[in-house]
Amino acid sequence: MAEFLVYVAAILTGLAFLLALYRFFKGPSAADRVVAYDVLTIVAITGIVFTALAEGRGIYLDVALVYALLSFLGVIVVARYLERGL
Amino acid sequence: MTDTALSIFGGFLLVAGAAFLLLGSLGLVRMPDLFNRIQAGTKATTLGTLLTLAGAACLQPAWGLKLLLIGLFVLLTNPLSSQVMARAAHRMGIEKSQLTMVDHLAEDTGEKS
Repeated sequence: MAEFLVYVAAILTGLAFLLALYRFFKGPSAADRVVAYDVLTIVAITGIVFTALAEGRGIYLDVALVYALLSFLGVIVVARYLERGL
Repeated sequence: MTDTALSIFGGFLLVAGAAFLLLGSLGLVRMPDLFNRIQAGTKATTLGTLLTLAGAACLQPAWGLKLLLIGLFVLLTNPLSSQVMARAAHRMGIEKSQLTMVDHLAEDTGEKS
């Protein structure tokens, strides 16, 4: 039962990733793409957690933590660049 | 994975969190302009990520500390990045939707919206 629910949640997360990817490719302006990138990273962190659950290996959570740190910095840097240049 | 009450509860938390992620991404596709997309894309996905992490902690209680750390980090950084994005978009002069009535930042800085 719990395993089935994990798979259902993983499929829903994959659909969320695809929808955000659509906005990432289509987005009219660069800012739209950065927002879509932000959402993509958050969904990817959740995907890494699902991978850790499916494999049963807790070490993958460290990957999720580092990815959260670096992707946040990436979004901030691109936003500052769009605002007034580096 | 054995089926205890806690693991089934965790599974339902996982599905709820993934549903919030899906709704947030749907809002990202459907919303009319950039500022609405920021609202949909960051608030709903923050809640979805936190619910998913809580569900994973219910399924694997030994990972609780790391999951709590990731959750705290998402909770701190996600509103910050969305706020920086919104301010940058406002200063870039991204056009707003026809339905937008009020622009407090433009009123405060004295520019016409």
